[in-house]
Amino acid sequence: MTAYDVEPGDQIHAGHPVTVDRYTKSARINHWITATCLVLLALSGLSLFHPSLFFLTGLFGGGQPTRIIHPWIGVLLFFSFSGLFIRFWRANLWRREDGTWLAQLRDVLAANDDKLPEVGKYNAGQKTVFWGMSFLIVVLIASGLVIWDQYFAAYTTIDQKRLAVLIHALAAVVIICVWIVHVYAAIWVRGTVSAMTRGRVTGGWAWRHHRKWLRELVGGRQTRS
Amino acid sequence: MTNSWTDIKNTDLVVIMGGNAAEAHPCGFKWVTEAKANRGARLIVIDPRFTRSASVADVYAPIRQGTDIAFLLGVIKYCIDNDKVQWDYTKSFTNAPYIVKEGFAFQDGLFTGYDEARRDYNRSTWEYELGPDGYVVVDATLQNPRCVWNLLKQHVSIYTPEMVERICGTPKDKFLKVAQMISETSSPTRTMTSMYALGWTQHSKGSQNIRAMAMLQLILGNIGVRGGGMNALRGHSNIQGLTDIGLMSNLIPGYLTIPTEKEATFNAYMSTRGFKPLRPDQMSYWQNYKKFFVSFLKSMWGDAATAENDFAYDYLPKLDVPGYDVLRAFDMMHQGKLNGYFCQGFNPLLSFPNRKKVTSALSKLKFLVVMDPLQTETARFWENHGDHNDVETSKIQTEVIELPTTCFAEDTGSLVNSGRWLQWHWAGGTPPGEAKHDTWIMAQIYMRLKALYQKEGGAVPEPIVNLSWSYKDPNEPSPDELAKELNGAALEDITDPNDPTKVLIAKGKQLPGFAAMRDDGKTNGACWIYSGSYTEAGNQMARRDNSDQDETGAFSKWAWSWPANRRILYNRASADINGKAWDPSRKLIEWDGTKWSGYDVPDIAPGAKPGVVGPFIMNPEGTARLFTRGMMRDGPFPAHYEPFESPVVNVTAPKVRGNPAARVFRGDMEQFGNAKEFPFAATSYRLTEHFHFWTKHAQINASLQPEFFVEISEQLAKEKNIQSGAWVRVWSQRGSVKAKAVVTKRIVPLTCDGKTVHIVGIPLHWGFTGAARKGFGPNSLTPYVGDANIETPEYKAFLVDIEPIAGPVA
Amino acid sequence: MFPPLPNPPVQPMPAKFGEQDLVRRSASNVAPPARQLTQMAKLIDTSKCIGCKACQAACLEWNDLREEVGFNHGVLDNPLDLTPSSLTVMRFSEWINPETQNLEWLIRKDGCMHCADPGCLKACPAPGAIVQYSNGIVDFDHDKCIGCGYCIKGCPFNIPRISKVDNKAYKCTLCSDRVAVGQGPACAKACPTQAIVFGTKEEMKQHAEDRIKDLKSRGFVNAGLYDPPGVGGTHVMYVLHHADKPEIYANLPKDPRISPIVEVWKGVTKYAGMVAIGAFAAVGFLHHLISGPNRVSDEDEQNAERLTGGGS
Repeated sequence: MTAYDVEPGDQIHAGHPVTVDRYTKSARINHWITATCLVLLALSGLSLFHPSLFFLTGLFGGGQPTRIIHPWIGVLLFFSFSGLFIRFWRANLWRREDGTWLAQLRDVLAANDDKLPEVGKYNAGQKTVFWGMSFLIVVLIASGLVIWDQYFAAYTTIDQKRLAVLIHALAAVVIICVWIVHVYAAIWVRGTVSAMTRGRVTGGWAWRHHRKWLRELVGGRQTRS
Repeated sequence: MTNSWTDIKNTDLVVIMGGNAAEAHPCGFKWVTEAKANRGARLIVIDPRFTRSASVADVYAPIRQGTDIAFLLGVIKYCIDNDKVQWDYTKSFTNAPYIVKEGFAFQDGLFTGYDEARRDYNRSTWEYELGPDGYVVVDATLQNPRCVWNLLKQHVSIYTPEMVERICGTPKDKFLKVAQMISETSSPTRTMTSMYALGWTQHSKGSQNIRAMAMLQLILGNIGVRGGGMNALRGHSNIQGLTDIGLMSNLIPGYLTIPTEKEATFNAYMSTRGFKPLRPDQMSYWQNYKKFFVSFLKSMWGDAATAENDFAYDYLPKLDVPGYDVLRAFDMMHQGKLNGYFCQGFNPLLSFPNRKKVTSALSKLKFLVVMDPLQTETARFWENHGDHNDVETSKIQTEVIELPTTCFAEDTGSLVNSGRWLQWHWAGGTPPGEAKHDTWIMAQIYMRLKALYQKEGGAVPEPIVNLSWSYKDPNEPSPDELAKELNGAALEDITDPNDPTKVLIAKGKQLPGFAAMRDDGKTNGACWIYSGSYTEAGNQMARRDNSDQDETGAFSKWAWSWPANRRILYNRASADINGKAWDPSRKLIEWDGTKWSGYDVPDIAPGAKPGVVGPFIMNPEGTARLFTRGMMRDGPFPAHYEPFESPVVNVTAPKVRGNPAARVFRGDMEQFGNAKEFPFAATSYRLTEHFHFWTKHAQINASLQPEFFVEISEQLAKEKNIQSGAWVRVWSQRGSVKAKAVVTKRIVPLTCDGKTVHIVGIPLHWGFTGAARKGFGPNSLTPYVGDANIETPEYKAFLVDIEPIAGPVA
Repeated sequence: MFPPLPNPPVQPMPAKFGEQDLVRRSASNVAPPARQLTQMAKLIDTSKCIGCKACQAACLEWNDLREEVGFNHGVLDNPLDLTPSSLTVMRFSEWINPETQNLEWLIRKDGCMHCADPGCLKACPAPGAIVQYSNGIVDFDHDKCIGCGYCIKGCPFNIPRISKVDNKAYKCTLCSDRVAVGQGPACAKACPTQAIVFGTKEEMKQHAEDRIKDLKSRGFVNAGLYDPPGVGGTHVMYVLHHADKPEIYANLPKDPRISPIVEVWKGVTKYAGMVAIGAFAAVGFLHHLISGPNRVSDEDEQNAERLTGGGS
């Protein structure tokens, strides 16, 4: 069995419980920058999306500053997410077991992890979030540039801008939904958040949710006493 | 204008030819839109370019610039051939039935009496046959082959539609459509108005362009009627006032003339101004010339003008040449014969032809004083602005003094509009900086000159020392004082000739009108035609009552119109021979059995019986002239002459170049280009976004039309590989300009005498001062020749070449 | 002559309409106003227009704006397009009439049409930055504008322009400040030929009818009024000689309407998006409520220790 989705820095630490290094410090910083950007983008974007949320522009100092800052955060997010993408894309490639896992979504939701196939570092849900985010961010940055009138107004027609603004809005709604799934999953699956705060999970967590990954780590003797 | 702007709303047909009313006179043009919207009037535009006027026209016909006479004589021929003549009018109100002397003829493009060496005519044969009673012999049946009508018929006979097309390039069907529409106004109940401007005057035969249309209007019965007339659109708000007040070298106010040196005495001067009627019982109103002239002299020199000294006639300068027009003045300057120049409200560096010559002339001056509210190019003629004013400053020794003056909105006074309305206006702002009213500046100069003459004497100090200058503040005469002076006043009690005890006008009172003027020195009045404008009843020019009884368009209580508040000149002609309106729906004045009355001030003595006194009272004939006798230098009939620079030869007289009677200075003939070297026919014009060279100083106007350009057809652009919006160079025999190219469908090549003629349109408005981008004026290219009669430069037709160039390095 | 409006009194007067007359307010709801003002409109008669640009100059003057001195671009139009300063421009089109082979120089004054159903207002996310009064005037409130440019996307006529200086959107206000004191727009006041007239919408339609009759008598059989129903009619209308071909007048849209994309964006997307987001959050919440957290059991930890051989 090849350790196809063990990422650099993944290590097992013996102890009670056993702990497993899941994310390096730089990956975590990268993640939180991206996360912050996404939240800010969602807030500023939503403030311009629905009138009832316009009050959110107050968080950014008013309508004009919101309009100015939103696309710049978007650019930051794009590059920040690109960092995550480069880190994680390989481990997020689709595997045979992912289909099975997805087919058993009912068990997933019912927390019947024992009935699910063993998965690697990322399960099919996480992979879906990853690829969904990747795709949506590309869509958002591209459509966002088209409607970034301050600098790019001259390069597209109004019809193209109209299409872009609709796509941007739709993509934004979807990405927010994806984000909700992502955040909820992290909260629901206890023990997950520590992966992104301290970079570690417990061995039990890995056993329960990413057993294949844990086995690979063991197989690769990534264990330290 | 014979009529007024507001009267244009009464017309059935507007012909804009030799002008571009919508573009150059947009505010007055509203009356055309009124006529169209409310009367269903039609608009015809005849122009080398499809102008903004053409954009709202019913019919547009292209014409090659400088061929208007051929076109108009063609229309006259069409009307005659198709019996579209208002016969009653023509027979009674024009000189059509008058017999012309034996000996008068027209052949090979020349009238009898031409002297090629002098470029002038001996005009002795251009005269009526006079009977033993001293009156013109008349053939009311128009049968006599020597009568004006038959001579006219013969004169226009060559101008067939085919010939018009050959000369003018106007497609025959378009010409016929226009001719047919115009000819319909020969009906007594249909009228046509002619609106023209510098598109007719700025030719070497400008006066004859206008005469040709006037003749057409006369045979159609369209002069003196509502919605008719010859309507010259004045290019400046007060250019009408300028000519009224006699700001021309050969005029004094009210179209009186400056004496020539042959008229050394008052009597000699008056002897040629008798204006004896040429037909029985005619008014020949100029018989009052002496009253106007003496009143003028009294205004000039007051008590120093006495009957004993012929009212100071000797103080008046006497002309040694026909006139010191601008072309002559600058030619003299160029020759070093004129070395001081006061330039007041003028920008000759961009306004006079052949800019190179103008620059060289200004460079030879000892001093140049520029009085202007704006920084004109003329004031900066010595400054190097690269291509835009390529002079060597160090070689120019002219001392330039700028005296900033006020704009119209900063002073009080009157402006005379094209319709002869004197409209008083009030200062709307205070002058900025050191700017002073022109009157203040002139008064200062006068006061200093007078002091110098008083102190030092001189060859002839009297005209200056004795000049009447009785203003409250001699340092700045007030507008009201000056206006009152133009109106005239009684200097002594004016009594009733039948009852000497009855005082008609007490001493010191303002005259009610020019009819009160006297030739014995008892009245003054500097401009007889303005008499009545500022009376004891007050300043008539300041009237602002816009009521208009029965909506005739007269608005006779608004401001004041010269002469005598008359709104339509020759309005007697609006009624038939018996005094009844030709068109009852367009009644103007009518004879009620005892007197003339109606909506307008009658242009005839109120008691002058119809059928006896003719309507054209200023003419000794009492009628209008289709044949002008010897009164114009270049012929009693208009004839087609090519511009001096023409792409084709004159097909009616191949040997004649230009107008044979137009004056050409030595050295200027060589500067005319030929069609081989300069194949394209250029013309110059104004754009609506700008007013001459003024508004380029105004930021908003500058932004609306920021940069100098020339207009060419798509065909010429293709031929010369010129892209729209790219740079081109246009040059003539005299100079060269660089401009952006506007390639347009609005200019099309014309076919004249089998040859394709491309037209290059060159707007004015740009120079090297102001807010707009630096550019050139058409005068860098135009030839130094003017109209044979009044010397208006030939700006509308000249030859150029054009090529694409790389733009200047930014 | 269309009777010109009398000059206003010199004394200051209260505005004839204001906040209380709003019928629409961007990104907000307004209570229906207590009164309905008379619908006003500007009528631009292209057949009377001589393209003198007096309207452009008057607009700059009245609004105290200045356009930069640009360049010639091979046409008489200048500036070439609407700008944040030039709220109106003359557009010149040279058109050869295929039926007569005659050139027609069509000149159209371009600017805000003051749609009854304004796309700009619909698209605007800033509450109150775009308002519509019951007299038909659609106005921008620059204090509230955030400069997002959504109004440009909403407008079927491509009118608003964003200033590079203050990043706010600008367009013709129909001189709401002048109308508020009983005057017509500055452009109408300046128009020398009364090609621009201003009055109630009914009067304007009436006037247009007379003009169309006159044009038909001159052979323009398709003369007509441009008051496009797709945007609920406009408060700036055109008399066109060729009303069947508005596009020949510098691309005046034939049947303008708010783009369906904008309708979807500002319609169903706005609501569906909020619902979707809410639904995802709610489902998560409910799921957690029902199934509780997914905890790692001690057994899992032991299994892990066992597998890793760790725990020692």
